[in-house]
Amino acid sequence: MSERFPYLKDQDVVEVQRGPEPGGLGGAYRAFGETLRGLKTTMARLVEGPLTIQYPEEKTPVYPRFRGRHKLHRFEDTGHEKCVGCSLCAAACPADCIRVVAAENVPGERVSAGERYAAVYEINMSRCIFCGYCEIACPFDAITMGHDYEMADYGREDLIFTKEMLLAEPLERTPLRSEGE
Amino acid sequence: MLPLADTQFVEATWIMVAKSLVIFGVIFAILPLMTVLERKLIGRFQHRYGPNRVGPFGILQPLADVGKLLSKEAFMPANAIPTLFVLGPLLPVLSGVLALAIIPWGDVQDGVGLYGIDVPIGILYFFAVGSLAFYGVLLGGWASGSKYSLLGAMRGAAQLISYEVSMALALLGAIIMGGSLSLVDIVRAQDAVWFIVPQFVGFLIFMLAGFAETNRTPFDMPEADAELVQGFMTEYGGMRFGSFLLVEYMEILVVSGIAAAVFLGGWMGPGPSFLDPIWMLAKMLALVLVFIWVRATLPRLRYDQLMNLGWKVMLPLATLNVLVTAVLVVVT
Repeated sequence: MSERFPYLKDQDVVEVQRGPEPGGLGGAYRAFGETLRGLKTTMARLVEGPLTIQYPEEKTPVYPRFRGRHKLHRFEDTGHEKCVGCSLCAAACPADCIRVVAAENVPGERVSAGERYAAVYEINMSRCIFCGYCEIACPFDAITMGHDYEMADYGREDLIFTKEMLLAEPLERTPLRSEGE
Repeated sequence: MLPLADTQFVEATWIMVAKSLVIFGVIFAILPLMTVLERKLIGRFQHRYGPNRVGPFGILQPLADVGKLLSKEAFMPANAIPTLFVLGPLLPVLSGVLALAIIPWGDVQDGVGLYGIDVPIGILYFFAVGSLAFYGVLLGGWASGSKYSLLGAMRGAAQLISYEVSMALALLGAIIMGGSLSLVDIVRAQDAVWFIVPQFVGFLIFMLAGFAETNRTPFDMPEADAELVQGFMTEYGGMRFGSFLLVEYMEILVVSGIAAAVFLGGWMGPGPSFLDPIWMLAKMLALVLVFIWVRATLPRLRYDQLMNLGWKVMLPLATLNVLVTAVLVVVT
């Protein structure tokens, strides 16, 4: 051993562990025992019951920091939009999927809290990679990543989410994972 | 000389017709349910639900399956042999239905024997008719004109000769103890104790051979979906494929029926005598559950392993079992 593998030390050499020979009467006896053990294993699985989540009816709960569909926010007291149309999110977006067109607020018809507001705010969900950079870039916490992940649609044009869609509450709430779940 | 079954027992023709219709109807009502049961149980064995979309608890799944199979084209490969190709799926159905005739559902009650027919050669009839199903496999595989099918059929042939002998020998012990070939007489002989107790080895060997007879795991080499893409069924589609599938379940029922009658006391059970067929059915279904359980557990055996098991383990064990039984029966 040592002349063939000079780099091996004695304590490194371990004898190969071999199982019993498969043939013969003993083999048949062991095969029978192992078969029973296998039957016991599957029966235990049957008793445990299914683990499947019946998806359309039953949804996987998401973690609080799950990055799903974006949400735009309003101030709760005044109802003004938090977004001031600064386009920092669009600048930060690596997928270039956000389009912002800003406009000046008119006194009396104030839309946002700042001087300007987003006249057009669109996110192209077919391009979005859900990285969350827009959320980080936003100085006013106007855009955050929500928890919804069911955004499949029939056409690409349906995947361009407008400001109204992003401001509205999602139709169906995604279940949130509780602590430690 | 062995007392043979009561061949003098005669019934009116209309009773025979009614009996066969009832047996046929009940069995063909159970078969689709068995397919769902198997898929659901296998699912549960794997932490899944199995089919649960069609109807309540997925119970209408076989209807959807049959609807799908019936609406498919009855396709035939260009180099298939037409007559034999069509005959392939038909022969096993015939054999399965014929074998159903001898399964005893109850003793003679009010002048009506609760079985299709009490053949004096009972178990021999089962073997004769059961082996007929194999011609379907061989013809279907050969007539398909496909390599996979032929391989599957050849595997089936080799499998047949390695388990059929042990299967017959496994039943021989029970036949010696019952003193008759007729299944009805064998069940009657189990009044005191079911034959599974004295013939436990025979029961095990019969069940093992039964797995092979019905081409199910761990002996599903003729089908072998992983390596032979369903073996002899490769070229079959639509309801021809469906009838192969149907036959598989029918054979499971038949083998379970024979095992229940020969080893589990057939219709014997507590309660009034009109419950006898229910007891028989319950025992059959319990054995069907064993079939499904084994399928969910064991992997497919390698080819030489099957041969080793058949010739080196099952055959000597079965022979020994018969010899010991014969000596004990003669001595006592």
